Amino acid sequence: MSAVAMTPLERLTTTMGHHEPDRVPFVISVTMQGARELGLSIEDYYAKAENIVEAQFRMFAKYRHDALNPTFYGALEMEAWGSATIFRDDGPPNAGPPLVAKLDDITKLVPPKVEESPRLQEALKAIRLMKARAGAAIPLLGVVLSPFSAPVMQLGFDRYLELMFERPDLFVRLMAINEEFCVAWANAQLAAGATAIAYADPVSSTTIVTREMYLKTGFLVARRVIARIRGGVATHFASGNCLPILGDVAQTGTVAVGVSALEDLAALKAACRGKLTVMGNLNAIMMRHWTPAQAVAEVKAAIAKAGPGGGYVLSDNHGEIPWQVPDEILMVIADAVHTWGRYPLDWVRQAGVA
Amino acid sequence: MAGQPNLVEQFEQALLAVDPLEAERLLTAASRAVLPMQLVDEVIAPALERIGEKWEHGEAALSQVYMGGRICESLVDKLLPPGSPARLQRPKLAIAVLEDFHFLGKNLVKSALRASGFDPLDWGHATVEELVHRVRAEGIEVLLISTLMLPSALKIKELRAQLGAAGLPVKLVVGGAPFRFDPLLWREVGADACGQNALEAIEIVRGLLKSVERGRAKP
Repeated sequence: MSAVAMTPLERLTTTMGHHEPDRVPFVISVTMQGARELGLSIEDYYAKAENIVEAQFRMFAKYRHDALNPTFYGALEMEAWGSATIFRDDGPPNAGPPLVAKLDDITKLVPPKVEESPRLQEALKAIRLMKARAGAAIPLLGVVLSPFSAPVMQLGFDRYLELMFERPDLFVRLMAINEEFCVAWANAQLAAGATAIAYADPVSSTTIVTREMYLKTGFLVARRVIARIRGGVATHFASGNCLPILGDVAQTGTVAVGVSALEDLAALKAACRGKLTVMGNLNAIMMRHWTPAQAVAEVKAAIAKAGPGGGYVLSDNHGEIPWQVPDEILMVIADAVHTWGRYPLDWVRQAGVA
Repeated sequence: MAGQPNLVEQFEQALLAVDPLEAERLLTAASRAVLPMQLVDEVIAPALERIGEKWEHGEAALSQVYMGGRICESLVDKLLPPGSPARLQRPKLAIAVLEDFHFLGKNLVKSALRASGFDPLDWGHATVEELVHRVRAEGIEVLLISTLMLPSALKIKELRAQLGAAGLPVKLVVGGAPFRFDPLLWREVGADACGQNALEAIEIVRGLLKSVERGRAKP
C-alpha cells in the first residue's frame, strides 16, 4: 500500500480505522521477559520503574513490534488495595490470598487513591520515563483490570460467582467501588503518557458468564467505565471466548478486542469487521512447543484469516507470553510478521485464503 | 424415574437458571419414590453431565457449571450426609490447588464429585512438599490437582517425581486452563489422567475406582 514505512502509531491507528496499513501491526505481550533481558530475578526486576523502561526498549528493538508495554503485572492493582503479591522465578507474580475475608466486608471497602499507592506511582513513573524516551511515534499500552473482573482477585473466583448470583446488593456496591478506582487508574496512566488502555475483562467472556448475565453485569459496567476513560480502550478477554457477544461488546465504546485461541479467528474477524479491531490469537501456551516452521505457519494462518482489510493486530491470545516460551520462537514470530504481514497481502489473495 | 423422562431436563434447566429452590422442589418430589443414591445416579449426575457437555460446546458458561455443581452439592449433602455409608468411600480421594490461590477449578470439581456421591478431602492450597506428606499420611489413592497458571501446572512434574521417590502409588489427575490450551501438557508433567472439565474428572475417578479395586483384589 504505502512505499514509506509507517510509524508504529500510524500502523496501529490505520488498522484500527479499518484500513490496511503498510504491515500487519503486532504487539507481542512480553512483560516479565524483561527480567531475563536485564539478568534480574522477576521480583527484583519489578522493584524499579527504570528496569521496566530499559527492558521494554531493548525488547522493542529486538522484536520490532508496534507498542511498548509499561504494564507491571495483574496483581499490582491488588497491592494498592492492600493485598500481597507472591513472586516466583518462572512466571508472573500472582495475587496472594483474597483481600476480602467476609463478603459483608465489601460494605466497608474503600477504593484506594492512585496518588497514595507507592506501587502504582512506580508504574506511572515507568510510563512517564517510557513516554519521554519513545516520543510520539511509539504507542504505550496501559492496562487496567475491569471492575467486573477484579473481584476474582479481591474475593477469589468461586466466592465472586456466589456473590454475583446470591448477593446482588453487595455485587452492585462492589462494582461502584471498583469503577471509581478503575477510571482513576486508567486516567492516571493516560495522563502519565499511555496512548491507550487495555481493559482486561475475562469474566465478561462467554467462557465465564452467559450473554444474558453479561448484559446485566459486565456490559453495563464496561459501558459506564469506558465512557469515563479519557482515551482509546481495547477490551481483552484474556483467553476467554467472546464471539457470541461481539455485537454487544462493540456497544461498550471499546475499539478493539483481544480474543482466544479457542475461537476461530476468521469468524471473529467477520463478526468484528468495520466495528472492532481484532487482536490475537496465537496460542501462547503452545508456543513453548513450537518449532520455527510451526511458528511461521501459525503467523501466516492468523494473517490470512484476519489481516485483509485492516482491523487486525497480530498478538497472542492471553495478553502475556509465558516465561517458558523460548526467545528464538518470539524472534521467528517477529520475522514472520515482517515477512508475511506486508500489505497488500497478495500471497493471501493468490492462495484464495481470504 | 424411568417414568419421568423430563425430570433430568427440568432439573438441568433449574441448574442452568441457578434456581436452587426449583432444583430442590424437583428432587424432593422425586425422592418420595426412590433411594437417594438412585437420585444421584439417575438425575443429578446426568444433569451435571449435560451441563458439562454444553460448556464444552460453548452453550453454557463456567458460572453455570460452578453454581449448578454447588446447588447439587448442597442437595446431595441433604440426601447423603457427609460420612454417610451410602457415599462412595473409595477410592480415597483428595483435591488441591498447587501453589496458587485460584480455587474455582478445584471447587468446581469437588462439588461435582460430592454431587456424584464421592467424598473427597479438600486440602485447599498446597505446596509439592505438603502434598507428598499428606498423600503418605492419609493413604490417598487418587489425588486431583487444579492449576490456573502454566508455571503451577509445570510444577506437577516435580510433584510426580517426589511421589515416585517416596514410593507412593497414588494416581494423579490434573486439570485447569493450561491443560485446555495444551492438550499434551498432562503427559508432559507425568499425570495419570487429565480432566478437561468437572464431568471428565468424575469419569476418570470412576475409572480409577475400578482399577484401584482391581489392584486391591490382587493377592
